Amino acid sequence: MAAARRAPLGLLAAGALIGAAAVLPAAYLVVVIAGDLSAALETALSSRALETLLRTAALTAAVVVSSVAIALPIGWLTVRTDLPARRLWAVLCTLPLVIPSYVGAYLLVAALGPNGMLQEALGVDRLPSIYGFTGAWLVLTLFTYPLVLIPLRATLRRIDPQLEDAARAMGRGPLEVFRTVILPQLWPVLAAGSLLVALFTISDFGAVSILRFQSFTAEIYVAYQSSFDRVAAAALGAVLVVSMLVLLLASSRVRGARRVHRLGPGTLRPTQPYKLGRWRWPALAFCSLIVLVAFILPVGVLIYWASKGISTGSTSLNTIAALGGNSLLIAVWAAAVGAIAALIVAALAVRYPSRVTRVIERLAHAGYALPGILVALGLVFFATRAVPALYQTIALLVFAMTIHYLPLAVGPIASSLVQLSPRIEEAARGMGRGPAEVFRTITIPLARGGMMAGAALVFLHAMKELTVTLILSPIGFKTLATDIWTQTTYGFYEASAIPALVLLAVAAIPVYLLSEQGAAPS
Amino acid sequence: MISVTPQQKRLFAALVVFAALVLAGCGFSTEDNGGGSNDPGTEGITLYSGRIPAAIGPAVDSYEKQADRDVQVRFAETADLAATLVEEGDASPADVFFAQEPGAIAAVAEAGLLTKLPQNILDQVPARYRDPEGRWVGVTGRARVIAYNRDAVSESELPPSPFGLTDPKWKDRVGWSPASSSMQEYVTALRAKYGDDRTKQWLEEMVDNGAVAFPDNVTIRDAIAKGEIDVGLINHYYVAQAISEEGPDYPVAVYFPPGGLGSLMLLTSVGVLESSDRKPEAFAFVRSLLSPKSQQFFTSSSKEYPLAKGVAPDPSLNVPIDKIPVSDSSLVDLKELQGTIELMKEAGAL
Repeated sequence: MAAARRAPLGLLAAGALIGAAAVLPAAYLVVVIAGDLSAALETALSSRALETLLRTAALTAAVVVSSVAIALPIGWLTVRTDLPARRLWAVLCTLPLVIPSYVGAYLLVAALGPNGMLQEALGVDRLPSIYGFTGAWLVLTLFTYPLVLIPLRATLRRIDPQLEDAARAMGRGPLEVFRTVILPQLWPVLAAGSLLVALFTISDFGAVSILRFQSFTAEIYVAYQSSFDRVAAAALGAVLVVSMLVLLLASSRVRGARRVHRLGPGTLRPTQPYKLGRWRWPALAFCSLIVLVAFILPVGVLIYWASKGISTGSTSLNTIAALGGNSLLIAVWAAAVGAIAALIVAALAVRYPSRVTRVIERLAHAGYALPGILVALGLVFFATRAVPALYQTIALLVFAMTIHYLPLAVGPIASSLVQLSPRIEEAARGMGRGPAEVFRTITIPLARGGMMAGAALVFLHAMKELTVTLILSPIGFKTLATDIWTQTTYGFYEASAIPALVLLAVAAIPVYLLSEQGAAPS
Repeated sequence: MISVTPQQKRLFAALVVFAALVLAGCGFSTEDNGGGSNDPGTEGITLYSGRIPAAIGPAVDSYEKQADRDVQVRFAETADLAATLVEEGDASPADVFFAQEPGAIAAVAEAGLLTKLPQNILDQVPARYRDPEGRWVGVTGRARVIAYNRDAVSESELPPSPFGLTDPKWKDRVGWSPASSSMQEYVTALRAKYGDDRTKQWLEEMVDNGAVAFPDNVTIRDAIAKGEIDVGLINHYYVAQAISEEGPDYPVAVYFPPGGLGSLMLLTSVGVLESSDRKPEAFAFVRSLLSPKSQQFFTSSSKEYPLAKGVAPDPSLNVPIDKIPVSDSSLVDLKELQGTIELMKEAGAL
């Protein structure tokens, strides 16, 4: 029945508006490319672009595989086993998400780079180079794998234990149960998390620039920085949008038309955790290693720098508070607007699947696949021409952040809707309620958990965002992220550590929420 | 379904309340960009600055005081600002563009966005430090030099140009930063002067000779100070700044190689937007940047070379400015950077 339902017109109109907004940066690319089509084609189809695309694809594949390889065991250990202090591990293992990729990258260089801390500690002349693929892969994996972990844990909690118990009762071993019963149920969420990691990787500039990996995004910046060639940059950006569509198709194929919500009546029975026994030591070692490398070491370096920065007296607390307030202002607004927009997109795609709603969902991803500079320039282009009064205002900045990070919120909301049987809504309809009323009284309240998770993810990324803020903020508006940028540009690493730590502390609040998402059935 | 514990609800509620307070209470705070002064002067020009606050603050302040006008400053990467200006076109809120790298302002000028500066501004700067068509002027100069550790190397040992650093005696003793834009600009100038083949050969020989790659100028300087390497290719003012902070015992000194393109002057530069409706004020601001007071600030605080006529460089800058070549390429053709990056990759330097 679900497929035959027509979306309420108001919802559909709102969704279309959101899709149109999200596609603005991509539309800007089309406008620029149309200005000089032959030059754009030449760039997009050059062997250099192809090489860069392959290089970026290799990096993306590597980051996705290693993110899943980290997230899957941690997710399983912290949800389904008797790992000691597993809730603490869940929080700690989610925290690396607060570290912006540009901060993570310069910390990696300081620690492992030429004449870095490790080399000094070991007293050797030279270490294997961390520049290029290795460094970019390491940083992007360590600071984005929580994008897989968060939805994975939420899903693991909700898996119906009955199947598993049945398999176990039939004498299957734990590994076999995991492979044949649990893993198949995880493919959709792994695909969704991997998609976010992949899109983050292809659009990231912070890590690849500092670690000198010539990814597609780095190439776009080179087009601006060295040849000031906006057509070439737009052409390369268009290739990114096409790559994004390919990734989306691949991901939705994996997610397929699987039914994830339960058919049986009643609530979930709590699962019996697996006893790890002696295996808890290697399990603890694995979690410790990840937390050490992805969180404790980076934060340790920042604290060390901050202590040096404080002793030279270079930071005023008032300034930091003002910067933090500005960061928070943008992040809260972006999170609120993003969660509402994402709910509309997700509800359309999940509840009223049709060609139109699918297109809207895909369009919503367009802003996330593009690097910040193209999102920013696209809005510069349209805002100066269409709504000059809004140009370089808080409203436009929030709008930009929302369309840049919208898919981060669509994912969790969609999966909370998918897991919710549409029969509840159908029952309400059957009792004579209108579609709008059902949406307001049933769908929104039941998707609240997903909305909070989505809002938290947008909040987190908006806190860390740099390029869009530098270009689109009201003049003189500074945030923690722009302050970090100002300091590090001139090598004042000590001075940058304090705003970086404050940013981490504020961003840790939604991360805590995310790691506790769906903690215990109420 | 996702369930929410009461603690989470409280936490979220607290977050929302906190946020609401932020929104309601303080609105947003825009600090004074110039650096210190909070003079509530009348609203004045808008500046797009590719240079960070610390590098221009007091110069902006001094204009604000003198003109009794507030300068609104947007800080971002020079190249990003150039791209933004191109998209904004006639609608740009900017009146003045202050570029850290020479290629960016050339690109903005090429896009027809800069107005010709009045002759009395152009006349303040020698012809070799400004656009031949008068659309921008250099404000300060940053020289590419060789820095060395005074305890490990005496100046007489140093070669007449970085080409000499490929000698086996410098094996594993040299630091450079192939990824930094200033190094890439220097290599671009080498290409313009000596051709791609000779430049590539030099890059390859540097790599073979064990040149150590650092992320930026600052880390090279610090490594020389610690004695990890003995010499390095950097911008001159990083050393001058450290000396003024650490005192005369600082172990790093700079050497301006006298031969060929031994050193090279890279310009920071400023232009006024054609779309500006405050051109007289914008010109006044540019004049202020070239005034003895501001030029004195640039040279004494950041140890950059002042480019306005009649302003003496900081005493620590003991190489006369006209001894440092400005490559023709540093004026316009630095847009060639793309080719440079490719060449550096082929040579294994990047």
